[in-house]
Amino acid sequence: MSNFISFLGEHIDKVYVLILSIFVGVEVIGKVPSVLHTPLMSGANAIHGVVIVGSIIVMLNTEPDNILLLSLGFVAVILGTLNVVGGFVVTDRMLEMFKKKDKK
Amino acid sequence: MTNQYILDIIYLIASVTFVLGLKMLSNPQTARKGNLYAAFGMTLAILGTIFIYENPNGETFRTSVNLGLIFGGLAIGTTIGWMTAKKVKMTAMPELVSLFNGMGGACAALISLLEFHHNVGHTDRISIIMAGLIIGSVSFSGSMIAFMKLNGTLSKSIRLPNYNIINLILMIVTVGVAVFVVASGTDSSMWLYGTFALALMYGIFFVVPIGGADMPVVISLLNSFTGLAAAFGGFLYNNQVMLTGGILVGSAGTILTLAMCKAMNRPLFNVIFGAFGETAAAGAGASTKGSIKDITISDAAVLLNYSKKVIIVPGYGLAVAQAQHIIHELELILEERGVQVKYAIHPVAGRMPGHMNVLLAESNVDYGKLSEMEEINPEFASTDVVLVVGANDVVNPAAKNDPSSPIYGMPILDVEAAQHIIINKRSMNAGYAGIENQLFYDPKTSMLFGDAKDALTKLVNEIKTL
Repeated sequence: MSNFISFLGEHIDKVYVLILSIFVGVEVIGKVPSVLHTPLMSGANAIHGVVIVGSIIVMLNTEPDNILLLSLGFVAVILGTLNVVGGFVVTDRMLEMFKKKDKK
Repeated sequence: MTNQYILDIIYLIASVTFVLGLKMLSNPQTARKGNLYAAFGMTLAILGTIFIYENPNGETFRTSVNLGLIFGGLAIGTTIGWMTAKKVKMTAMPELVSLFNGMGGACAALISLLEFHHNVGHTDRISIIMAGLIIGSVSFSGSMIAFMKLNGTLSKSIRLPNYNIINLILMIVTVGVAVFVVASGTDSSMWLYGTFALALMYGIFFVVPIGGADMPVVISLLNSFTGLAAAFGGFLYNNQVMLTGGILVGSAGTILTLAMCKAMNRPLFNVIFGAFGETAAAGAGASTKGSIKDITISDAAVLLNYSKKVIIVPGYGLAVAQAQHIIHELELILEERGVQVKYAIHPVAGRMPGHMNVLLAESNVDYGKLSEMEEINPEFASTDVVLVVGANDVVNPAAKNDPSSPIYGMPILDVEAAQHIIINKRSMNAGYAGIENQLFYDPKTSMLFGDAKDALTKLVNEIKTL
């Protein structure tokens, strides 16, 4: 228990960010029309691709001769990029359909 | 030191673009720009990390090998991701989202696997790593199963006897092993990979019994799982942008999941634990059957041509048959003949909420012609013909009047209020939920069997000759 409290204490700024982000996430998409559910899910999907930053950090922290870690990290970078790029491009393609049509 | 501050500012900007992006994504006018903002922020965060990040211990390896591999990975991922996303058919969109979601989960799980041995002895970091590992792996294997279910590789819901209990035990064992790893401070790879394998298995077992109709909810849920996994990474590296990005998606994804559940009137608990029961479906199917009535193309054409008001109810069958363009053509020709045409979009029509709208928008259907369930339901009574194309469960009256039906309570489109109902279907097979539809036996209903694209093309040609 004291471990848990000291963990919270040491990371209190992160905990603040965490709690406030939860509220922001809830508020920001509170009133989305169901038409946009799929693009929104897809867009959110692309945003959690931010995990790629973690895989880049792994790569930057690994000695250049540690082949095993580097190759696994390399795979992680590819996977993360797929998530980010694929996610944003698919979302864009979905939203392209919603642009205003010029009515004659 | 100043470098670190610059990176912090970059992360701050990226976090703001994520919030703005999500906000703008919830409005049709700004959605596309919002997506681009978020993508811009993401690019900043990635480039900033590559060029500015410093390890707190001062051991950052920015050698040609490290950087080469990073840029190589980025290039490969970008090429494959871009091409797949550009080439995929609109109908295959949902499974692609699931696939990319799985990639993110796998990335998070891999990071945890890689960081484990560096951090043995730090209980706090090991617990974050194990949490990220489990959630990332579940999200990965679960998304892969969802992907296979949506693209048809895995069409049946496999249900072991007592699968809920098996899943519960599997989950407890997985978490238990992870807790043991954290508590014992072991650095054994066996335990690490054991947890990994258990979590992957749990992801599979978690999604496999869930019926296809509930897949959107599952994908949305796994989406927020991956967000959480990314946030754990943020804790691990003290990285603000991973933390905010991850948590944002975690909470937004959860709200979205609940919104979808609400649209289907299926509590999340039922989606996960009470997958559409085969027994209940069989029971409902045994109820009274009437006779069904066929309609020929020419009769249907006449009926539609001389109506005042027609409502089209598109479903997944339309998407599968790629009939979104021909339905638009049908709409145009009917409008030309003075028929008022509208589309009734059930919140879960297609495979994902909003899926139908995206498809119809692709074929240039006017946004204003798409009506949501609440606004269109009172209009059915004044409608001459309802044309149901490849939809089934969303028009099943059992949801209103048969408490024993597995979909009882789901809001449906009140098509039976209309004068005539024409249902285009490939066969008499039950819908996605596997339930018999009493509407087909309604005396006002006529069945137009055949592939949606094929039947609609003939229908359009027939109307042209009238």
